Amino acid sequence: MAEKMELKEVEVWDGNYAASQALRQAQVDVVSAYPITPSTPIVENYGAYVANGYVDGEFVMVESEHAAMSGCVGAAAAGGRVATATSSQGFALMVEVLYQASGMRLPIVMTVVNRALASPLNVRGDHGDMYLGRDSGWVQIDAFNAQEAYDLTLCAFKIGEDMRVRLPVMMHQDGFLTSHTAQNVHPLSDDEAYKFVGDYKPYEEMLDFTKPVTYGAQTEEDWHYEHKARQHKALMESKDVIDEVFAEFKKLTGREYKRVESYMMDDAEVAIVALGTTVETARVAADQLREEGIKAGVVAPRCFRPFPFDEMRDALENTKAIAVLDRSAPMGAMGALFNEVSAALYTTPNRPLVTNFIYGLGGRDFSVEEAKRIFKEQKAHADAGHITTPIQQFSGVRGPKLGFFETKRGN
Amino acid sequence: MSRGVLATEKRGIRELGAEEFVGWDEVTHGVILPSFEGELKENVSHIRPEERDYSDFNSYTATVASWRVIKPVYNRDICIDCQNCWVWCPDTSIISRDKQMLGIDYDHCKGCGVCVEVCPTNPKSLLMFGEAEEIEDALAKWPEKKKKAK
Repeated sequence: MAEKMELKEVEVWDGNYAASQALRQAQVDVVSAYPITPSTPIVENYGAYVANGYVDGEFVMVESEHAAMSGCVGAAAAGGRVATATSSQGFALMVEVLYQASGMRLPIVMTVVNRALASPLNVRGDHGDMYLGRDSGWVQIDAFNAQEAYDLTLCAFKIGEDMRVRLPVMMHQDGFLTSHTAQNVHPLSDDEAYKFVGDYKPYEEMLDFTKPVTYGAQTEEDWHYEHKARQHKALMESKDVIDEVFAEFKKLTGREYKRVESYMMDDAEVAIVALGTTVETARVAADQLREEGIKAGVVAPRCFRPFPFDEMRDALENTKAIAVLDRSAPMGAMGALFNEVSAALYTTPNRPLVTNFIYGLGGRDFSVEEAKRIFKEQKAHADAGHITTPIQQFSGVRGPKLGFFETKRGN
Repeated sequence: MSRGVLATEKRGIRELGAEEFVGWDEVTHGVILPSFEGELKENVSHIRPEERDYSDFNSYTATVASWRVIKPVYNRDICIDCQNCWVWCPDTSIISRDKQMLGIDYDHCKGCGVCVEVCPTNPKSLLMFGEAEEIEDALAKWPEKKKKAK
């Protein structure tokens, strides 16, 4: 039996430490990892918990992130509760195996500390790696601070391991801004946390010798499509389980999570849609603008995959102008979040005005002042009745203004 | 070959890819495929292949004979039962019982020729022939023992 850890009612943890404590309390059987900045402390701490007797598990050191995720696939197929952590280049090297894990329906939990993708090399946070995973078949949940990183990592196990889901789950947090910023965190006791997550239930595990199974079979055009269709359905329907798990978590802790988080949206005329720590920045900006009489609100997809299409539409359809913020280099297109939010809003009768801001690449600071400027620009669109700027703009980049694509509405 | 050592003799075999096609709602979870029907009551390595209740997902119940253009032919009169071919065959298509070589499982052999390559006898006890060649004709053409060069 693992040693229990005495935790105070309020601990001062950064996002990495919070995530590692959740891994410990879930009593993860195997962590197979190749540490990378800024997610290193998550697996480093898990290794220390194993060494000091606080978790009955194995820390497997491997030679690359590709091997790390492969180790996770093997351990999960064998029948264990499995987790790992990565960022950026490490995430990119894992990509091939991410698709294997989801295709084999293995409920691995990966804590991803978001970091920019090279080149140029950069250890700071943006969402390039999170976006790289968006077609990989994993559930993707985003935490905006350390408390959420802790809470949602516990929830991640319960979501992925539910027999109706059985899919891997990524738990995202922003590199450095969340991962290395110490904040007050209210943890559960070890017993409460483990009771919430529950015992791991193996399913079709390879170590059941009474029922030998093959994982990773080859299919061609005659079977591949049906398997992918079934997998997509499982991911789409995981939303009900996510809602159930969030409801159960609220009952236990009083802390409420939703697949789309809305802030002051009841009467909002203008809105910012964003992910990660930027959500909190935008909320502060909205508070300040409310004092100036601008009805500002903030909407954030807590759940990036499955994409909450209906809830996003419901949250935004009564606004007039919306700025969707993408913290990832779009490289030849509109930002991914802009595209998905726009698609949801296209199905509404009013079709609010939607513009796209690229911002914060490679950890470039995004200030409350800039969020307020963007809100005010939305107010100008709303008053004019059409978009008065290029549809895609770059926020916070040095040099001449950069913008792409013009609206045809209002001309 | 003595009868009854091939699963196909008991339950029949189908061409690989000729299975029944089902919709997305009926495919297995995670493409996880069971090797056997139901649960095993004893260690499967103690059960002979022909007596195992292989599932339809197991390659054992599907033939790939049509992939082959040349085939190995086995000559019992020369074989010393060294088991080299049984060890090296990449498709477990050499049938051996109680360390005695019985023959080739032509339902699963792909004609790679590894068995011929590793056969140590002189002449070889396994030789490759065209797929259409009759076994009797092949055996009639078997080469003589080669003399060692002085």
